[in-house]
Amino acid sequence: MAAGAGSGRTMSSTFLPVRFWLLMPSWLIIGFFLALPVLLMLVYSFLTKEFRGGVIWEPTLAAYDQFLFDRGLFGDDPPQIEWKYISIFLRSIFQATGATILCLIIGFPTAFFIATRNENTKVIWLFLVTVPYWVNLLIRTVSMKFLIRDSGPLNELLITIGAIETPLKLINTNFAVQLGLFYSYLPFMVLPIYAALERYNFTFSEAASDLYAPKWTILRQILIPIIKPGIIAGCILVFVPSLGAFLAPDLLGGAKTFMIGSLIEDQFKGNAGNWPFGAASSMILLSLVMIVLIYYARAQSKEQV
Amino acid sequence: MFLRTIFTSLIILLTANFAYAGGKLSVYHWFEYMPQELLDKFESETGIDVTMDTYDSNESLLAALKAGKLGSYDVAVPGDYMVEILAGEGMLDTIGDSELKNKGNIEPQWIEASFDPGRKHSIPYQWGSTSFSVNRDVYKGNINTTDIIFNPPDELKGKINVLDSQGEVMALGSLHLGIPQCSTDRDQLKALDSLLQSAKTHWASFGSDIAKDVLVSGDVAVGMIWNGFSSKAREEGANVEYSYPDQGYVVWMDNVVLLKDAPNRQNALIFMDFLLEPENAAAVTNYAQYNAGVKGVTKFLEPALATMPENNPREGAGPGAFVAVCDQETQEVYDQMWTRLRS
Repeated sequence: MAAGAGSGRTMSSTFLPVRFWLLMPSWLIIGFFLALPVLLMLVYSFLTKEFRGGVIWEPTLAAYDQFLFDRGLFGDDPPQIEWKYISIFLRSIFQATGATILCLIIGFPTAFFIATRNENTKVIWLFLVTVPYWVNLLIRTVSMKFLIRDSGPLNELLITIGAIETPLKLINTNFAVQLGLFYSYLPFMVLPIYAALERYNFTFSEAASDLYAPKWTILRQILIPIIKPGIIAGCILVFVPSLGAFLAPDLLGGAKTFMIGSLIEDQFKGNAGNWPFGAASSMILLSLVMIVLIYYARAQSKEQV
Repeated sequence: MFLRTIFTSLIILLTANFAYAGGKLSVYHWFEYMPQELLDKFESETGIDVTMDTYDSNESLLAALKAGKLGSYDVAVPGDYMVEILAGEGMLDTIGDSELKNKGNIEPQWIEASFDPGRKHSIPYQWGSTSFSVNRDVYKGNINTTDIIFNPPDELKGKINVLDSQGEVMALGSLHLGIPQCSTDRDQLKALDSLLQSAKTHWASFGSDIAKDVLVSGDVAVGMIWNGFSSKAREEGANVEYSYPDQGYVVWMDNVVLLKDAPNRQNALIFMDFLLEPENAAAVTNYAQYNAGVKGVTKFLEPALATMPENNPREGAGPGAFVAVCDQETQEVYDQMWTRLRS
């Protein structure tokens, strides 16, 4: 550790004169691809909407007002709290939570299974987890739709083996959306948990077992607390993209009700054509995600103290 | 010597570039609407390379053009009301009087189209109607009424797909209520809103590109759909019947427009002339199963098309109506309703 720190110091003094230029690429990437677009959205969310899409450069709070207050169909009723968009957000959070739980239930045992294989077969298992993800997300979501539709292979199989008599109504339900999101983001759960398990020293479990701790206690008291950062990272990596997804809700949920992603999409490329409102919804979504992440980061740092 | 090398390479580069631009055409089109063989024929006849992107609603075409795609496409294929809107937004180029040699092939009733009088910006592509189709295995009752969509019988509740197209849904809803489109009357607008709110509880899904697929697969038993798309669903084995309701139905015409700032304007005009040839217009009709607005197509059409039930409104059907373009105030109310419908 000391040697590493020492070499770090000499390195930094060697590169000190050119440090600015060496950091340039990362600043450019962060600035150009992250800060600039977000800033643009922030600015747009405070502009006046142009009829049929586009913005007029006059500052206004109209977009946020539209999000929070309901002024009736014609816009001249006394303002009331607007539940429309809040319920879209709540629905999205519900779907994303469902997907995260599904991912955790399947992802944790999968990661555990892979981590406990021997070195040679581990690689193969990890490889197998990633194979489906070489196929485009759209294709995967559409094939999921084919699988679970009323006359699809899943229902036909279940009927043939006599498990059910009428087809399960899966397509166009909340569960179908969660299933689609689960399938889309499963590796994001498996891989961080696997990485945490990889570092876990299994002799702890053995020691606990020698002291007559039942398996459940070992899992709850030793394994899970140690790999908790991996689990939380996995949950965040699944939850956050699920929140803004629109492919799965559109294709599997029937697009009947908007999720956050499709609400925003509709403002830019759909019927509504209200760019500032789309930008404002994105900013609100972004703030929600930030709050979750900051909360997590603080909880983490508190634990480490 | 050095200068000369630079000069020659510049010349080569520029001419190469011109040749490159000269051989291209960029088309922005609806999905599943252009037979590949016809594109191949165009390419081999003219040597022009065609690239085609697709969209799934008039509104998303408008949005893409607004968001900066104007200037990257030469032609697009908006529906009637969208031609009017695009022209109003200044997004269309004007076709000069003598620039299309086949302009005379347009059927007379489509020359003076309400959405583009005198055809200054557009030529007809196909026209047809929008209403809905019902799976006859599931429902055997009367389907000649818009109640099927807005106030469905019990057998059909929860088995309805609706086009994700605000203009057509609002128009059909207005026909159902017997109110004018783009009504400014508050009571009528409220009635339309509550109609959509109550109908929505019986709808299973929204989608345009899936409209045929969900009927064929049996995911739904009723689908709001375009007539030609419905006949394709029937050909693919779905026992569906297309309805021409008593209350009326939506008529539309898709049009090839010359976009403003088209990078290959000349090729766009060649393409439009090509599509106005009766044989080529008929090829599109044979594929999409709507109607061409072009004279002399009949002898190239597949005979079955003429008698196709989807193309022949029944005796006693209500009138067909184009989707109207609303003013800003009413359009904003429509947008409100549409979001309420989807939340």
